[in-house]
Amino acid sequence: MAQHSNKMAQVQAVTANRLIDGVVVYLTAKGAWSEKLADAAIAEGKEAAEALLAKANPALEQQEIVEPYLFEIAEEDGTLVPASVRERIRMAGPTVRLDLGKQAEGKTA
Amino acid sequence: MYRYDEFDHALVQDRVKQFSGQVQRRLAGEITEDEFKPLRLMNGVYLQLHAYMLRVAVPYGTLSSRQMRMLAHIARKYDKGYGHFTTRQNIQYNWPALKDIPAILEDLASVEMHALQTSGNCIRNVTSDQYAGVAANEVEDPRIWSEIIRQWSTLHPEFSFLPRKFKFAVTGAPEDRAAIRVHDIGIELVKGKDGRTAFDIYVGGGQGRTPMIGKLIGKAISQENLLTYLEAIMRVYNMHGRRDHLFKSRIKILVHTIGEEEMRRQVEEEFAAMQKDGPVELPKAEIERIQAYFAPPAYETLENDPAELNEAFEKTPAFARWVKQNVAAHKVPGYAIANISLKPVGGVAGDASSEQMEKVAELADAYSFSEIRVTHEQNLVLADVPQKDLFALWQELDANGLGTPNLGLITDQIVCPGLDYCNLANARSIPIGQAIAKKFEDLDRQNDIGELKIKISGCINACGHHHVGHIGILGVDKKGTEFYQVSLGGSADEKTSLGDITGPAFTEDKIVGAVENIVETYLSERQDGERFLDTYRRIGMKPFKEKLYAAH
Amino acid sequence: MPLIKDGAFVEDKWTYADEEGPLPEGPVIVSLTRWHNEKEALAARTAPLGIKLLSGEEPKEIAGDLDKFAVIALDFPMFKNGRAYSYARLLRERYGYKGELRATGDVLRDQLFFMHRCGFDAYEVSQRITIDGWKEAMDEISVVYQPASDGRKTIFQARHGG
Repeated sequence: MAQHSNKMAQVQAVTANRLIDGVVVYLTAKGAWSEKLADAAIAEGKEAAEALLAKANPALEQQEIVEPYLFEIAEEDGTLVPASVRERIRMAGPTVRLDLGKQAEGKTA
Repeated sequence: MYRYDEFDHALVQDRVKQFSGQVQRRLAGEITEDEFKPLRLMNGVYLQLHAYMLRVAVPYGTLSSRQMRMLAHIARKYDKGYGHFTTRQNIQYNWPALKDIPAILEDLASVEMHALQTSGNCIRNVTSDQYAGVAANEVEDPRIWSEIIRQWSTLHPEFSFLPRKFKFAVTGAPEDRAAIRVHDIGIELVKGKDGRTAFDIYVGGGQGRTPMIGKLIGKAISQENLLTYLEAIMRVYNMHGRRDHLFKSRIKILVHTIGEEEMRRQVEEEFAAMQKDGPVELPKAEIERIQAYFAPPAYETLENDPAELNEAFEKTPAFARWVKQNVAAHKVPGYAIANISLKPVGGVAGDASSEQMEKVAELADAYSFSEIRVTHEQNLVLADVPQKDLFALWQELDANGLGTPNLGLITDQIVCPGLDYCNLANARSIPIGQAIAKKFEDLDRQNDIGELKIKISGCINACGHHHVGHIGILGVDKKGTEFYQVSLGGSADEKTSLGDITGPAFTEDKIVGAVENIVETYLSERQDGERFLDTYRRIGMKPFKEKLYAAH
Repeated sequence: MPLIKDGAFVEDKWTYADEEGPLPEGPVIVSLTRWHNEKEALAARTAPLGIKLLSGEEPKEIAGDLDKFAVIALDFPMFKNGRAYSYARLLRERYGYKGELRATGDVLRDQLFFMHRCGFDAYEVSQRITIDGWKEAMDEISVVYQPASDGRKTIFQARHGG
């Protein structure tokens, strides 16, 4: 979903949902998909970002994932986190149910 | 309530099989996401932030205890132990895996339920009055006609690819609890000249980006003509509704553009022509067949205000408070309508756990002819409770977190899932509702404020009905940060009005203070017996606005 | 484009004519504009004539000329645009058109059932649709609630012996 991407962003990663269960996944440097943002490959600059997004294609063609897109990464206290509230919620789970989602499964950060 | 016959069963079974096949083709990689998306959307399957979401239809908000138990079972087995009741009287599951959805649909079909037409650009689940059949002054039970419309609209070959989604609401009483004037088509049952039930048909209401109040297009349409008349409206819309612009494709835009008169003329012309082509016949025997399912249950002969009720009031003030706030008058002596609030302070509006669903099913079996209603304000109702049993019912509810005595009060809010779950949202809704509820937690304060409906949406699509909130709150995104716009004076009842925006939006930190400021203004301005809405309608925006933005 | 008619792939004998210029030999399908502009010349041809209506071109425009057409093609510019379902019913049920009613454009497997119910009897489909797929699409829903152009017995009728 392109509307969630920020064209001005400098530091980005690629996310998608897994086809079979819809779980949020991130593209790793090896072209695999991880449930943890910490495993995500980070691209700096526009060209690197486009190259990274292109690496999602095999999984898309093999119907492993759905709707991959780039999202902006920011640095906060020395760690990399999603820049938008939306992507922080996707990374962790609902802010109103801390017992659910990745935050409850030890899959954040 | 309605029960499927062999034909209804066959259709749902066929549809489950068809969709299961589509899921299998998708998982096997035989169809792409682009091809699958419209298919899954026709069966209520969305892809949200964290997972898929499945929306299950609860036709006109009526459930049997058996169905409620199945909803609880599905939540436990395939989801994370809870479900979310929506403003369309449906239930949503937030975490099902795509691979499990065929099995969920099988389970639903076994209790005469489905997810048909809970999304997509088709005629959606028909909603109705949660007090249907038990309200004293209704013309007839609106669920009879809702069921007829449900059947007529199911897999309608001509109207499954409309310009946009299409929502019906039906009410049988002059007091509108179904928000019919903010639906694409709203139907009010009226007495026709011959004394039989007829239909006033409002067209072109809606919320979203461009809120509009529906126009009375068809007056006292007869039973014989109802489906043909509806088909005429749908055909005018299907042929002339805009398809070039997503935001302009609802029927409200067509009605607004060509005007009420021209819309009526086109519908009447089409209706007259359809009668010659061959009308949609609704056999009298079919009406009677469906009416029989909604015949009143076997009420006992009981007295109003039994002694045990008054005794319990005196002994247990908390119970008296709950009855005063959550229990409504029933048309049969000795009975009462019990509203079960799904809005405990600190909870998520409309959410119920599997255990709570099972408890409600158990209580419906014990006290209310095994039937439950879901309201568009995201609460539940036991509609036929003997007054003498209210105390026992309340004790059970209270022990299970279901006894919050806040119906219609400031903590009984409509709240959409917002950015905590929804792929379309711009801002979170639930935490804002929770923070406001926390601020006004004190029950005496809530009671002093009186009826005040806060409605919160996390984006312009207005699933949280903010346009018709006495206080409406709309979440907006400004460069990745959440802001909240406030409107005042909306209402979704028989005197429907759309709220007026106060001015600049508030940050998450400031929104609770803003609501408190608005409430304080009301309290200082109100005259005897005035509700918030009455005061607002009398004094207008100015005093509220002056105080709200005084510090800025 | 493969053409399904009467439950089988058939040879498509029809050619779509351009907006102007000489007409090809044999059966041709013309646009509404061309029909309006060249009515007399077109009607005078001996080869069969067809017409294609785009989304927004309503059947009433040709209601008086239906006996001139052996084929009417209704366009689905994208599958989500469902105007042609209404057009098809109007042609069959109001204007009494008995010739071939053809779905063209974005015609997908999962819309065939609805098209058939609304009176289409020919479908220009993509290579990926098989006859088995077509049959499946026709058979997978065994009962219907609404009367439409296919004349199927409705559930209301079945319940009450109609």
